[in-house]
Amino acid sequence: MAEIVLDKVTKRYPDGTEAVKQLDLDIADGEFIILVGPSGCGKSTALRMIAGLEDISEGELRIDGEVVNGRAPKDRDIAMVFQNYALYPHMTVRENMGFALKLAKVDKAEIDRKVQEAAQVLDLQSQLDRKPANLSGGQRQRVAMGRAIVRDPKAFLMDEPLSNLDAKLRVQMRTEVSRIQSRLGATTVYVTHDQTEAMTLGDRVAVMRLGELQQVGTPKELYENPVNLFVAGFIGSPAMNFFSATLEGDRVRLPIGEATLPDELRRALEGRGGGPREVIAGLRPEDFEDAELVDRSRHEGGLEFDAKIDLVESMGSEIYAYFTHGGEGARSEQISELAADVGAGDLSAGEGQQVVARLNADSTVARGSQARLWLDTSKLHLFDPQSGENLTRREAAATAA
Amino acid sequence: MQRVSGKRILGWGATDFVVLVFALFPVLWIVMLSFKSPGTVTDGSFIPNEWSWENYNSIFAGDSPFLDALRNSFGIAAIATVIAVVLASMAAYAIARLNFPGKAIMLGAALMIAMFPPISIVGPLYNMWRNLGLFDTWPGLIIPYLTFALPLAIYTLTAFFREIPWELEQAAQVDGATPFQAFRKVIVPLAAPGVATTSILVFIFCWNDFVFAVSLTSTSAAQTVPAALSQFTGVSQFTAPYGSIAAAAVIVTIPIIILVLFFQRRIVAGLTAGAVKG
Repeated sequence: MAEIVLDKVTKRYPDGTEAVKQLDLDIADGEFIILVGPSGCGKSTALRMIAGLEDISEGELRIDGEVVNGRAPKDRDIAMVFQNYALYPHMTVRENMGFALKLAKVDKAEIDRKVQEAAQVLDLQSQLDRKPANLSGGQRQRVAMGRAIVRDPKAFLMDEPLSNLDAKLRVQMRTEVSRIQSRLGATTVYVTHDQTEAMTLGDRVAVMRLGELQQVGTPKELYENPVNLFVAGFIGSPAMNFFSATLEGDRVRLPIGEATLPDELRRALEGRGGGPREVIAGLRPEDFEDAELVDRSRHEGGLEFDAKIDLVESMGSEIYAYFTHGGEGARSEQISELAADVGAGDLSAGEGQQVVARLNADSTVARGSQARLWLDTSKLHLFDPQSGENLTRREAAATAA
Repeated sequence: MQRVSGKRILGWGATDFVVLVFALFPVLWIVMLSFKSPGTVTDGSFIPNEWSWENYNSIFAGDSPFLDALRNSFGIAAIATVIAVVLASMAAYAIARLNFPGKAIMLGAALMIAMFPPISIVGPLYNMWRNLGLFDTWPGLIIPYLTFALPLAIYTLTAFFREIPWELEQAAQVDGATPFQAFRKVIVPLAAPGVATTSILVFIFCWNDFVFAVSLTSTSAAQTVPAALSQFTGVSQFTAPYGSIAAAAVIVTIPIIILVLFFQRRIVAGLTAGAVKG
């Protein structure tokens, strides 16, 4: 078990492109940390640098206080689970799992015992003498996990280990990974592009974008207090809704109406210069509600508006209502990046901007009907359109005070 | 549907038959020839009028140079194959995995050498080998064979190494293997079909060579079968040795057929199945 520290770690390729820029990350002993971001954000490169499979161009990598920049992977005592599992096809499951121990010259009985133990944890006992080619996808994935856990390494590195599984199996293995990690208490760095995995698995989540670390924090912190548009849009499903908005004094004008800013937000904005300014407002789907179902006393702290519902998705426990507003879409580099990542770059909702609202299951909104909705203004996030910075970050204001 | 596919099967069957006859008729012809008695070799019939083992007896007789030649052929081809495949597997691995300066030049040079007409270096080699004392020795043939076999082996093996996912090796390294251990315990076993294929190609190349064998050897000390064949005498010095040559040709073809049949399964097996998500 170990603590891993990345100190201004940079990966620069010979042609000058920087895959990872000045990455600072302290991973505590036993912590489960997730590196998340869209493809090409440098998360896998960062992981491979920790493993020793990529050279570190600049900065220091310390495992348990020792600088390991120059060490070969085998001398770092870390285990890695690869995206495509990388099982040795010519070895049985037993040999695959025992390979590292065999290389370490552990005696045979001990190898057998550890492999049995791991096989039990992973429910692989009956597959031990099979070759990887004869296993299902989920079984292969478990063998790859098993190969890592028999070793008792200082840390586990996992590179999108679940991305090759089908949806149902992925959810199942997700809890499995979580269970195994907490059982072993091993420091784990887990790379994924799936924000759901990031939110559900990690003690802390590090969001990366274009090789730069955007924010590190608990899933809750990232969800409630994203530092910028990118983190706000990346974390959460369905994603946060963005509107172009204008700020005038203590009032904010949204395409769907005008609201008074709650004190908390106003305070956060103080010292950032008065006068009208263009901002991007963000609101999570669950911060909308069917106006009829909102407690009278709460109406004060919100904004009521009419919307024509385009589509209703009933999830049983809740309802997703989609509507569009005629206002201009929020334009920002970070937002278009997010859209490009999910492949929705040119997937607009016809005219106007689409908004998703998550409503109580008791709501009676129907497709094609006019509905009276309500939004919680205290949950508004306001972002700078140029830098993408969150102007209303509560925690930042709190810690600064 | 059924009728169309039946037609297709018939068409392909016919095509296969033509190709097979075309390819195997000469082989059949020489087999038939080898079973004719020396007196009837030139009688013009395809099937021997009288079946006889005489030709085989004569090439395996005590004073025949054939047994020595067979030994030389096996020894020289086997040694050249082992050296070529060991060296080439390391070279091919480096070429498949690493980026080093001069890689393109090296590959180009190897290809150029492989294309070189052997006959153009036979003359100089003959003189050099006489001076160096390599004329009519095993190394005298092994060395030129390596020159041509190495590029062939490097090219074939590079293709096989490229097929092996790099992650496997990285997994081995993370598992605690040195680069050499990763190579030996993970890459080489996976490249086994490739190594087998390459070995066969190299072995056949050495086994079949005639130009070097006939020019750089003179006695049964190093003469290989193709060279020895060309210097066969008949059962008596008055008969043309066609029968013996045919018998010897049949004998030298047998190891090649066995090799290919034996390794065919390994080549086709595709050991890499299941390495990555399938």
